[in-house]
Amino acid sequence: MRFSALTLLRSAFDGQSRYPHQWRKADPRPSYDVIVIGGGGHGLATAYYLAKEYGVTNVAVIEKGWIGGGNTGRNTTIIRSNYLFDESAALYDHALTLWRGLSQELNYNVMFSPRGVLMLAHTVHDVQSIKRHVHANRLNGVDNAWLTRAQVAAFCPGLNMSPEARHPIVGAALQRSGGTARHDAVAWGFARAASARGVDIIENCEVVGIRRRIDGAVAGVETSRGFIGARKIGVVTAGRSSQVMAMADVRLPIESYPLQALVSEPTKPVLDCVVMSNTVHGYVSQSDKGELVIGAGSDAYVSYSQAGSAHVAAEAIGAVCELFPQFARMRMLRNWGGIVDLTPDRSPIIGKTPVPGLYANCGWGTGGFKATPGSGHIFAHTLATGDPHPIAAPFSLDRFLTGRLINEAAAAAVAH
Amino acid sequence: MLLIDCPFCGQRPEIEFRYAGEAHVLRPIDPRECEDEEWAAYLYRRRNPAGDHAERWHHVHGCRRFFNARRHTVTDLFSGSYPAGTPGPECEAGQ
Repeated sequence: MRFSALTLLRSAFDGQSRYPHQWRKADPRPSYDVIVIGGGGHGLATAYYLAKEYGVTNVAVIEKGWIGGGNTGRNTTIIRSNYLFDESAALYDHALTLWRGLSQELNYNVMFSPRGVLMLAHTVHDVQSIKRHVHANRLNGVDNAWLTRAQVAAFCPGLNMSPEARHPIVGAALQRSGGTARHDAVAWGFARAASARGVDIIENCEVVGIRRRIDGAVAGVETSRGFIGARKIGVVTAGRSSQVMAMADVRLPIESYPLQALVSEPTKPVLDCVVMSNTVHGYVSQSDKGELVIGAGSDAYVSYSQAGSAHVAAEAIGAVCELFPQFARMRMLRNWGGIVDLTPDRSPIIGKTPVPGLYANCGWGTGGFKATPGSGHIFAHTLATGDPHPIAAPFSLDRFLTGRLINEAAAAAVAH
Repeated sequence: MLLIDCPFCGQRPEIEFRYAGEAHVLRPIDPRECEDEEWAAYLYRRRNPAGDHAERWHHVHGCRRFFNARRHTVTDLFSGSYPAGTPGPECEAGQ
């Protein structure tokens, strides 16, 4: 079924009752050319672009839970590309380019909303650091602009611009082309489009082992539904990369931490952009349902608990109330944690591993959602051709051996 | 918030502490002599288990001493702490 204005109109008259399942519930076949482990946004995008761009349709996406039930459903949906270093700017701007046409491409409304991402400066150091980002972005052709204090007040009237504030706002960077998208729709749209091109999406199927041939190359995966053969395996398992890679005796430079987020009760439209602040450490946007979506910092310790400590969420609320005192009496509805795989340089790992036929797309840390289509697109190239896409090449696993790190850890918009 | 058992001060709330990463990661004795592989493993590669984890904590707002503790990373439950420099407990391989 192809969505159009006509199908929407028809559905308005039949009680929205005739929508079919959006993707096939596939049972595993004995073997595939490519198996993608992990049915989140990145894994599904990988499968979609494998089928679309490279004609590789004998592909399975294996997911231990349900589609988009992991970090794809747990993030704060912010999209931007104003990263400092050339490699990162190329990576995230590639994704931003794909975001712009994604709803049309997938024939599925991912609700991409380039409403502007505002990064606040509160101190002299913030001003210097943010201006450096703006200039670096400009040289790389990435949209980002410096706003004076008056321009910030005009762009986001709800902000507390008082010079009496504990951390007064003195300016900001604004990426107008950044914004948000509907995270579930991204997973569902990619699943639907991949399935339509012949990709098998196998849910409730947990990978418990990676079988190797006598020469060391991958032979397939052992799962809770039996053995499935594969010539190539792409591991796209945010929050579990260390465990899945350990099945092939690969130890990654990754540690996993909880990252918390929370949403308020729904309210009328009060905030029409994304606001981030490194100094008070919080970020906030308003979803189309009306909830304020608030992101906290990552917790201090390695954990898989998907909860984190309460004081971390409380600090994020404190930061948001510092920026928007009028939110202080709003009630928070839900608070949760997702497990993020942090690399030492806070940049992802995309490419080959020491095991022939085993490829990694992991370590996206605290900010993978924004890269979803770009990540899938370049990883599909890597899987299809065996060589990294030019944009992915600097993000190889062996940079931790050569020392050629891409240290966004020191350059993050919101330090984690 | 975690309640952390400092071997010197007893149970204290997490905000008194600073996490200091996996314990028992040994620095190569002479970095000039070791292979890149060994140095990269020391700097970056970690067990990151979904299971028991021996880790360092710094009681930064208390006695200011480092110590080690064992915690299960799925439940966040501690199962003991011990002074730095003593051998680590047995940790199961984890999931």
